[in-house]
Amino acid sequence: MVEQLHSMLSLRGLTRRFGGLTAVDAIDLDLAKGELVSIIGPNGAGKTTLFNLVTGLDRPDDGTVRFEGQDITGLSPERLAAEGIARTFQLGRVFGNLSVMDNVLIGAHTRLRAVKPTVPVIGPLLELGLALLRPASVRAEEERLREEVKVILARFGERLLPRIDQPAYSLSYANRRRVEIARALALRPRLLLLDEPTAGMNPTETAEMQGLVAELKAEGLTILLIEHKLEMVMRLSDRVVVMDEGKKIAEGPGEEVRGDPKVIEAYLGHGLSGTTEQESAA
Amino acid sequence: MSSWLDYTINGLIVGNVYALVAVGLALIFGVSRLINFAQGSIYLVGAYIGWVAVVRLHTPLPLTIIVVAAATAVVGLIIERFGLRPLQNSVRIAPLLATIGISFVLDQLVMLTFSPNPRALPSQLPDVRFQLGGGTIGPLDLLIAGVGLTSALLLFVFLRYTKLGWAVRATAQDRDAAMQMGVDVNRVNQAVFGIAAALGGVSGMLVGMYYNQIDTAMSLQATLKGVVAEVVGGAGNVPGAVIGSLLLGLVESYGVAVFGTSYRNLFAFLLLVVVLVLRPNGLFASARQAPPEPLTGTFIAPSRPVRIPRWALLVAAAAFAVLPFFPVSSYVLQTLINAWLLGMLALSLTLVAGTIGQVSLGHAALLAIGAYTSALLSLTLAVPVGLAVIGGGLMSAALGTLLISPSFRLRGHYVSIATLAIGEIVSLVILNWESVTRGPIGISGIPPLSLFGHDLISPLSVYWFSFAVMLVLALVQGRLLGSHLGRSFRAIRDDDIAARAYGLSLNRYKSLAFIFGGFAAGVSGGIAAHLYSYINHETFNTQQSILALTVVILGGLGNVVGAIVGSVALVGLPELFRIAAEYRILIYGIVLLLLVRFRPQGLLGTI
Repeated sequence: MVEQLHSMLSLRGLTRRFGGLTAVDAIDLDLAKGELVSIIGPNGAGKTTLFNLVTGLDRPDDGTVRFEGQDITGLSPERLAAEGIARTFQLGRVFGNLSVMDNVLIGAHTRLRAVKPTVPVIGPLLELGLALLRPASVRAEEERLREEVKVILARFGERLLPRIDQPAYSLSYANRRRVEIARALALRPRLLLLDEPTAGMNPTETAEMQGLVAELKAEGLTILLIEHKLEMVMRLSDRVVVMDEGKKIAEGPGEEVRGDPKVIEAYLGHGLSGTTEQESAA
Repeated sequence: MSSWLDYTINGLIVGNVYALVAVGLALIFGVSRLINFAQGSIYLVGAYIGWVAVVRLHTPLPLTIIVVAAATAVVGLIIERFGLRPLQNSVRIAPLLATIGISFVLDQLVMLTFSPNPRALPSQLPDVRFQLGGGTIGPLDLLIAGVGLTSALLLFVFLRYTKLGWAVRATAQDRDAAMQMGVDVNRVNQAVFGIAAALGGVSGMLVGMYYNQIDTAMSLQATLKGVVAEVVGGAGNVPGAVIGSLLLGLVESYGVAVFGTSYRNLFAFLLLVVVLVLRPNGLFASARQAPPEPLTGTFIAPSRPVRIPRWALLVAAAAFAVLPFFPVSSYVLQTLINAWLLGMLALSLTLVAGTIGQVSLGHAALLAIGAYTSALLSLTLAVPVGLAVIGGGLMSAALGTLLISPSFRLRGHYVSIATLAIGEIVSLVILNWESVTRGPIGISGIPPLSLFGHDLISPLSVYWFSFAVMLVLALVQGRLLGSHLGRSFRAIRDDDIAARAYGLSLNRYKSLAFIFGGFAAGVSGGIAAHLYSYINHETFNTQQSILALTVVILGGLGNVVGAIVGSVALVGLPELFRIAAEYRILIYGIVLLLLVRFRPQGLLGTI
């Protein structure tokens, strides 16, 4: 209980079943402020399902999720975004027909103040009116966010800035992943969940991404990372959690986990156990 | 007591007929995740082929059934091969629009071949009734039950014991895995469309015999009923579709028993809305299932919109504004007035279907609400017409949004079904709520348009008035698209899950889109009411919804200028070429199909 007080994110007994299959099986996990914890495990281990449970896209059958001491189990994704939880998606979910600028501006949606009055009931109608009339305060807010987007995009060097007005569908796969991360940063998250940020990237691009994640960690951002590239995991993580068939089978510093016989078995023995690809379906 | 048994038997028999349609829909949904809006048209074709066989060729009943099944199966194969297979790698909206287009083309072809007048379809069976408990049952009832059970049995054997049947089930479970294992998915699709069409066709014929009447309005009703049954049973669930059908048949039959015939469809659609809201995956599936992440593609075709320079738009607007000063016939003005009215509806639909991705098939209901509100306000409360039209817009915005709100959690095809059903509900309520709407008689003597006490009667003034209103609506909508709401709407359209993960409430933004769009459509309906001076529950029908959809696709989804260009093109060109009215809807359907196939982004591109 004491450790829960200090943790940013705290999962207790988190469980999600799909029919006969337990995709996430009684997971306990704590994440302290400023910590970077990686989740690794074979395909179908339940990593993405776990992310979906934390971010509200799916609801657990059992267990609790606490964020900064507050019970957030089963809250909607909209609410959790407003609480400061941002995520990227395994297969990349940029808004294809929106420009890079607009994609990242959507990330800042929860931070809109001037155009989204918090008046009950008629709030949405006021929002419509303000969007059409655009008084100075609304214009200033929009302008400020646009400048901020450019600053965020500058973190990716010359990858995105020259393409700021291009629609996202025209970007390369790696650039779409970058747009997703930029969009997550625009939310000014307190907790960032990255689902395989380097999937499909070549070694140079992977190194760049690793540098960026290291920077974010150095800035004090709390990060939960799903990643298959073990070298990156070893370099970045304060702790590594290994999942297999929905269960946490090991947890600890990277080097320690790497030598764990259970972990080796989970990876090497996996071809024989015949687990199905649950992750992409979940 | 005996009458209850009669109603139960009737409900089960009608349910059996629905099952034949719904099972086909479920099979198709299973293998291609597509709700086939053309299923009712195949049912219609089946009924008319049955009529030709029975009345013209005097075929015996077993041969009639075989002829109908074979002929409609061929229609199904043609639809699959030429209508849908080319769209396999297309955006998600394409096959949806294609089946809508195919449905309209088939319906119109039947109407042009056989005329829209109802025909009798004799059943060829002896007219006797057997006592059964307290109720009665006739040979036709037994035939329908027999055909239903036989088809179910054949289908079961096919799916269970044949290689092609296994392939169908494998494809339904996981299309990609099936393809990797060497399943020929095209052959599976063919088989499924052939079977679904044959079942639908026979069903149409049986219903024709049951009521001894067939007409072209059967098509839309059958699609709706089949879809209701299928959704109630759970999309893609074949046994579920049968149970859903029987349930629908019983609900309707008991509903008619208690409330009367004119409420039959109301019950069907209310059942649909209730199921969609409470158990969107059907009665037999888990209520909460995370949808899979889309691998490729977005809902609408990605494109770079054609940028029209501002001066060109100004010149075009000015040209249309001064047009009446030139010697043009009032016929031209009248045509353009129709285009401006359609333009307002298209603006509304391009926002709802294009910008926020809710492909509404019941948009004409918004016209109806606006028209009735404006007409009744000016007639019974003597509200000045200008204010009454605005009142109509506000009522459409409020009521339309309220009615559609249960479907805000639905996506893709389900939104289209829900809007179609809600559109029908509005029309049925107008028909039945006589104390307010004057029911089937309609409202006559609606005062003409007027502004600040001056009546607008000359074509000239009406032209300017409607043009100005449309222009203002277009400008405001353009401004909306440039705001944070524009990008929020488009984000929800492109990926609603990612949008939610970034704090966009679907309820809030879909409501705002429908409020804004509802106002434009309501104003259009209101103006129309004062122009026509007479309206009834059929003035604003599904054909107008489809016409508006074609306009929106033609102009480019979400494209404000495109909506207006599309309206002028689709209203103007048929007039220009003097195409007879009965061919126009056929042409709209063909235009829709060609666009989906060859230029899904429309003339000016999606935004």
